[in-house]
Amino acid sequence: MSKITIDPITRLEGHGKIEIFLTPDGGVENVYFQVPELRGFEKFCEGRPVEELPSIVTKICGVCPGCHHMASGKAVDAVFGLTPPPTALKLRELFYMAHFVHSHIAHFYALAAPDFVVGPTANPAERNILGVIAKVGLEIGGEVIKQRRIAQEIQALIGGHQTHVVMNTPGGVKKGINEEQRDDIVKKAEGFIEFSKFSIQLFKDVVLGNTEYVDLILKGPYALKLHSMGLVDDQNKVNFYDGKVRVVDTEGKELFKYSPNEYTDFVEERVEPWSYLKFPYLKKIGWKGFVEGQDSGVYQATPLSRLNAADGMATPVAQKEYDAMFAILGGKPVHATLAMHWARLVELIYSAERCLELAQDPDITGTELRAPIGKIVGEGVGIVEAQRGTLTHHYWTDEKGMVKKVNLIVGTTNNHAAICMSLKKAAQGLIKKDTEITEGTLNMIEMAFRAYDPCFSCATHSLPGQMRMELILKDLEGNIIRKIKRR
Amino acid sequence: MSDSSIPNPKIKLAVYWGSACGGCCVSVLDTHEKLLDIVNAADLVFWPIAMDIKYKDVEAMADQSIDLTLFNGAVRNSENKHMAEVLRKKSKVLVAYGACAYMGGIPGLANFHSREEIFKRVYEESESTLNPDKVRPVEEFEVKEGVLKIPEFFNDVYTLNQVVDVDYFIPGCPPQSERLVEVFTAVITGIGLPPKGSVVGALEKTNCDECLRKKTDNKVIKRFYRPWEIEDDKETCFLEQGVICMGPATRGGCGVRCVTGHSPCRGCYGPPPNSTDPGAKMMSSIGTMIDADSPEEIDEIIETIVDPAGLFYRFSLPGSILGRKVL
Repeated sequence: MSKITIDPITRLEGHGKIEIFLTPDGGVENVYFQVPELRGFEKFCEGRPVEELPSIVTKICGVCPGCHHMASGKAVDAVFGLTPPPTALKLRELFYMAHFVHSHIAHFYALAAPDFVVGPTANPAERNILGVIAKVGLEIGGEVIKQRRIAQEIQALIGGHQTHVVMNTPGGVKKGINEEQRDDIVKKAEGFIEFSKFSIQLFKDVVLGNTEYVDLILKGPYALKLHSMGLVDDQNKVNFYDGKVRVVDTEGKELFKYSPNEYTDFVEERVEPWSYLKFPYLKKIGWKGFVEGQDSGVYQATPLSRLNAADGMATPVAQKEYDAMFAILGGKPVHATLAMHWARLVELIYSAERCLELAQDPDITGTELRAPIGKIVGEGVGIVEAQRGTLTHHYWTDEKGMVKKVNLIVGTTNNHAAICMSLKKAAQGLIKKDTEITEGTLNMIEMAFRAYDPCFSCATHSLPGQMRMELILKDLEGNIIRKIKRR
Repeated sequence: MSDSSIPNPKIKLAVYWGSACGGCCVSVLDTHEKLLDIVNAADLVFWPIAMDIKYKDVEAMADQSIDLTLFNGAVRNSENKHMAEVLRKKSKVLVAYGACAYMGGIPGLANFHSREEIFKRVYEESESTLNPDKVRPVEEFEVKEGVLKIPEFFNDVYTLNQVVDVDYFIPGCPPQSERLVEVFTAVITGIGLPPKGSVVGALEKTNCDECLRKKTDNKVIKRFYRPWEIEDDKETCFLEQGVICMGPATRGGCGVRCVTGHSPCRGCYGPPPNSTDPGAKMMSSIGTMIDADSPEEIDEIIETIVDPAGLFYRFSLPGSILGRKVL
């Protein structure tokens, strides 16, 4: 049987490989998405003092370190049996909103947009952020850089380190902010809201304004009917920092809602011999194989599934865009893989609005930053929504807080089975008997993958900075085509 | 991406990750405007995080055709090792970029365990994993359509220079972006490049020399505390408050970032000049600060340090004199 290998898959964080097996007449027999790496954090965190874990696990991903720092910080709070004071909780969430803003902006512009703005089958040398800016104009490119930078400034200010954040301590945070810093963040958050609104308009113009792309989203080989997972607050609204995990079925009906410490009753993981990454599924349903539909145990944990799993957004503009998206896509739940990009922009607006709310909160400049330490409980679970899915950290310690065991279910891991299935479906839809397989075909298969991983975005988060400079030169040579004006 | 206004041909630059988190790639991007100099002077020929160039394209390149490769991440599996060997062959200058490539980094903590212990925990013991048949990922597995291969997961984590010849080392988790620009400029111009094998992009002093927290020369330590056991006054040296801070055993150059965030240093920049082992250096530094009347009392005070091996070799176990825990 002949075989096509895409290795490595690119414009993502981490390693991955796609194997496509063809039938003798040139159709697609099967597709395997393999993760060729493992580092073993679960093992080597053992023996460390538990308070060190928030700054060790950031190294799981230098692209979304803030997510691991938050899940870990919450697990450590639980190990110590502590609830952080309101100021600490709000500072964590404020940091986290800035983390989402910079990540979602960068994913849309640097990673998703090349496929839509430059074109899915465009020359690969141009199918990157440079190509995007060439199309949309330097002015927008500059704004992308500016907003991402501002989000990073807020993270560095609150988080203590621009990449590998160090803010969390058992029961709180190490550093507060003053009134002057708060005023500055308020101004910046107002800018985020404007830029978020602009970004969703851009998406509507470029993607929804092009029938070819709309067809690709709605009728293309990218839809997958699976259950949806996401963290919600007590009103069932989307929340990234705290709440319960809600899972709705393929029809949008609530299957269950669980607290972090109940996760092992609801999620189970499977090992396949051909990938180092495990395959989680819904335990109550069980593993039924790589199949879609109501009876399948496979679920998705993506921006789109978060919106599917919730009853709405907790902020006004995001709620408006949430309603608009589901209205246009034919109601909840939506299963079109490429609609994840749209959902991500709705989340971007929410993050920006929530950032402003928190910055304006009177508690945010408080000075009570951590709860007094008492007796160590010895076990704790922390769950947050990472940009790329529900993130679970579970720690066990001895009575002194030395780590005995660690269990992790990381964002993308949730989607491992779903990604395999999306890729197979995309390949089967795109590679037919007698189809000429071009680089563009393979990229369109990778698009099925890319839709899942917003975490990849922060990886390239300052690439626009690089490309802008390059484009100044290109501009003088007359190569920039300004198709879209900022409004 | 060529620019005719620049007379010199652009140098060819590659950025690759082994067993890494992506933070090093982010730090390359974080050079902001200064990346202008890099982009004007270099064509990026390989960078999986941002560009659609595949392994086969790299393997097809002529030997020595890449002027500079920044290799980040440790060598954890056979794919990392293979790419290290390929990039060594294709590159004129190979730089171990960041703590993992330089010393093993955080993934290097796995050298406290064996491959078997890691697999057992992840694939069998994990509380959320159901695996009654004890299935393990294997390098070659036959599915009905054909054979699927994944790289071999080594028993040990290696630093880059334990598998290939390395020209320079840039420390940090991740490296401070500003320093990269200096190194890059030096590589392009050939001016100011130290001898092969040097640590570049960092300072010739310790992190303490850069730190703004107040310190005395008095012997002050009666016992050690974990960071949450004290009320940090946010201005006195962590060590003088009894909290282990790796500053004295760490090379400067990071901008004392963690301490500015009120967190003690954990040594990501590696040992300081004239020292090869952070653990040995730390013990000698601590020795000068302990307030004890007898060797027994010194021992008692040292005993109050929790997880000393995991603290002193947080970022450097594979590249240290220990290398790994003997199991």
